[in-house]
This record gives sequence, C-alpha cells and structure tokens, in this order.
Amino acid sequence: MGIVSRGFRGRGHSDDSGRLPPGQYLTTDFPVLSAGPTPHTPLDEWTFAIQGGAEPVRWTWDEFRALPTETVTKDIHCVTKWSKFDTEWEGVSIDTLLESVDHDRAYAVAFSDGGYTTNLPVEDLTDGKAWVAFAYGGEPLDPEHGGPARLLVPHLYFWKSAKWVRGLSLRDEDEPGFWETNGYHNYGDPWREQRYWGD
Amino acid sequence: MAGTAVLGRLTWLVAEVVEGHTETPRVRTLVLDVPGWHTHRAGQHVDVRLTAEDGYQAERSYSIASAPGEPPALTVERLDDGEVSPYLVNEAAPGDRFELRGPIGGYFVWEAEGADDPLLLVAGGSGIVPFRSMLRHRAEAGSTVPTKLLYSSRTFDDLIYRDELDELAGRDDSLEVVETLTRVQPPGWTGRSGRVDSDLLREVAFPPEREPRVYVCGPTNFAEAVAEGLVGLGHRPERIRIERFGGT
Amino acid sequence: MKRLDGNSIAGVLEGLFGRDMTLATGRCTHCGAENEVGALHVYRAAGIVVRCPSCEAILIRIVEAGDRTWIDFRGLSTVEL
Repeated sequence: MGIVSRGFRGRGHSDDSGRLPPGQYLTTDFPVLSAGPTPHTPLDEWTFAIQGGAEPVRWTWDEFRALPTETVTKDIHCVTKWSKFDTEWEGVSIDTLLESVDHDRAYAVAFSDGGYTTNLPVEDLTDGKAWVAFAYGGEPLDPEHGGPARLLVPHLYFWKSAKWVRGLSLRDEDEPGFWETNGYHNYGDPWREQRYWGD
Repeated sequence: MAGTAVLGRLTWLVAEVVEGHTETPRVRTLVLDVPGWHTHRAGQHVDVRLTAEDGYQAERSYSIASAPGEPPALTVERLDDGEVSPYLVNEAAPGDRFELRGPIGGYFVWEAEGADDPLLLVAGGSGIVPFRSMLRHRAEAGSTVPTKLLYSSRTFDDLIYRDELDELAGRDDSLEVVETLTRVQPPGWTGRSGRVDSDLLREVAFPPEREPRVYVCGPTNFAEAVAEGLVGLGHRPERIRIERFGGT
Repeated sequence: MKRLDGNSIAGVLEGLFGRDMTLATGRCTHCGAENEVGALHVYRAAGIVVRCPSCEAILIRIVEAGDRTWIDFRGLSTVEL
C-alpha cells in the first residue's frame, strides 16, 4: 500500500454490510470502462444467436423484445475494485432463451460486437443467474454501458457481463475469452477474489 | 535518451507539496519537493497516486507545468466529477504528501536545442499545461524559432497563465499567442471567439509549407478535431503530435 | 467513449521495460499502419487495450495485478525501439 495522503477520500468506500466482496470498494456512480470504440449496431440489424445446439437459434430485436422479461436488482462487482449495490436491470433470462435450444453442452462463450468474448460454464448462465439485459435503472441501456443489450451475470466479476452481446456459442470444451487469455481468472468469483491467473 | 535515462525501473517517489498557487477558480498549481526527482524535459508528465486510509487508491496523470531545471510543479484543473483533481485543487496543503512517478514520456516533448522548425502549439483548456513548460524552456534557452500558440478556453476567467503568456509574447517577437474564448467573451475582448475550427487554424497556424512541428493537447474530442483540421489543411500527420487529456 | 493515447500508459510501459516506450514504433498486423506508441489509441476496460489509430485493431493488451503484469503484443509486428 502506498503512503496515505491526508484528507484524500476517493470515490470508493468501505462497507460493513457484508455485501462487499474482499478487496472491493463501494461506489455510487457507474464507471464506464470500454475495450474499444462503442459499437452502434442498428436495431433492425441486431440479432442474438445461440450456436452449438442441435440447430442454431436466432432472435431479431423485435423477437427478442417479445420474450418474457424480468426486472432484477443486483449488486455488481468489477475486477478493477469498484462495486455497486442495488443496480436495477430489465432483461430476458438466459433460461428463457435456452428453452429454445436443444443442447447438452457444458461451456459457453459470449460474443459481442467489436470482437469481445468471455467464457463461462453453462451452469453459471442458468437457474436464474444470468440475463440478456436491455434496460438499466428503468431506462434503455446506454450504448456506453453496453446498449442495446449486454449479458448480465452478477455473481461473477463484471467483465463476464459482456457489453454489446450478440450471442452465445455453446461448446463441450471451455475456451478462455478476451481477458481470460490475458491474465484474468478463468472463472472470476468475487467472493473468492478470483481476479487473476493463479488466484 | 538523454534526460530520461534511468538507472533502474521507474519507481514511485514521494512528493511533498511546498506551495500552491490559484491560477483560476478551478485551477491550481502545486510546487513540489520530490526527493529523487530527475530533471524533466518540456512536455513530460507524471503519474500521481493517492491512497486513502482504507487503502483505496486512485491514479491520474498530470503534465509538468514547470520548465526543465525548475522544481517540479503540476497545474491541475478541478473536474466536477473528478476524484483526484478535487483533492489536489481544494485539499492538498503545504506538507501534504502523495506518490508520484516520473518524469514520463518522450513522444510529447519539445527541446530548444537543435530545434529549427517553426513550432505550433494548440491547446484546449488545461491542455495548456505542457506548453507552459515548453514556452518557459524556450525562453530560458533563448530560442527564437518562430512559435505560435493557439489557446482555446471557455471563458476569460478560465485562461490559465494569462499574464505569464502575455508577458512571454510581449517581450518576444518570435512568439505569437492567440487566445480564443468559446463560450463567453468579456466586453472589450480583442482576442478570438468560438471553437478552434479549420477557418481559425487556416488563419492562425503556419502554412503547411513552413513544415512546423505541431503539438496539440487537450480533451480527446478537441485534440482529435484539431489534428484532423490541420491534416485537412495540408499538414502532414507525422509532423503533428497529440496528447489527449482524459476526464476525472 | 473515452479514449486516450499511448502517452497515458507511458508510465506503465516504462515501469515494465525500464525505458521510455512512447517513441517506439510498431506496425499493425491488421492494416500495416506504422505508428509511434504515443500515437496509439488507448482504452481502459478491465485491463488496458491499445488499438491501431488507423483501423482500431487491437495491438496490445495489458493486465496489471500489482505484483504481476500480463502483456500481449500479438497485434503488433516489428517494434522498433
């Protein structure tokens, strides 16, 4: 730890509620962290696809928005050490999407506009643990924050909640994604502080 | 590379605030004492790291405002949603300490020695800071390379180093300073108004045939638009160096 | 979208390589554009992503863990120091 600067209080705060994973700081704003230029796919060209099942399945934006949705309130945790409590999202549960897919795959890779990927076990996407979210705080999801739709997997570090998500590729073998191939932990459980390789 | 050769890896030093000067309502210059400081080159910057009592850390970069050979000084603009800048502008007092790494950078550097080409500096807001270092250095070196500074600010009161720039230009025929105010101009204002666009650049900048070395510094949108404008006027991209300032 | 440039990671790179890297030039493996590090586009996400200013292809990825750093240069060919 560096020398303490008298009187400095940053945006991040400690918290005693027990809701803050180890090494995290609570923030009230919503930092924008992006790996590249914000993509702008027009909604009439947007699709969400799930590959790797018996047949590929795809939804257009209108088809996607016709699916049943859920509104959830979740704490989110970024590997860069900020956490935000009680974030409200509206989205389609991955369980709902997977109802249309006949598969027995164990792993998934989420892929996004701009080429970003992240990998997860399928069981971390099911049973009410993940959504494709299109609204945040009651408003359509801002492009800076991943709009029109992003993956939302709040129980893992937020790099797994891929912005500008366009689909899932289901597979038998795990395939580390963009950050998982460059030092970030393959699984990413904030409660076990799994930030980096070897943690 | 002379001036940046270091004996080991770049390490975090401890900076102590010696004094602070208010430049404008939101901008303050901090003069620092940094044991282990290595003389910097005009245009270089430092990384500043603050640690709170609970271990929370924040890190930002700031251009060095002083000339090579002068004690290190930083000029910081307080950003509304800032995290480090409010501390440096409103809180840090003589005796306070923080971590600092630098001097850093070889790309956005200008040296008087061996400089023959006309020099064009275009600054947006607090992008003026590295140019103050360059202009002080230029004056101390007795350089007379034809130099133009085009400085864009929202209002008159936001012009940083106003008197110093007037004074530098006033005593040096080879230095021209043009200021443009984008939001509000005071009564009697004799400078320019409005954003730095192609028209203003065409009017103020050296023509491309003079092959100036160009430095542009300011917020990303400003710096990119100015660089694009200059290229559009015929300046070669390889003669233009940009330093983008981030927020907070 | 907030982007900066290679100047903003000069300290990180100098810490890793022991010398200023902002004047090092590299060629983008995607479009062939050659640029000094100081001119590259830099984005800060979970880690640092450095992209080609001409085509936005990824040139460098950096993840800093405090005591370890991972750096992937695959997008750059032929770096001249």
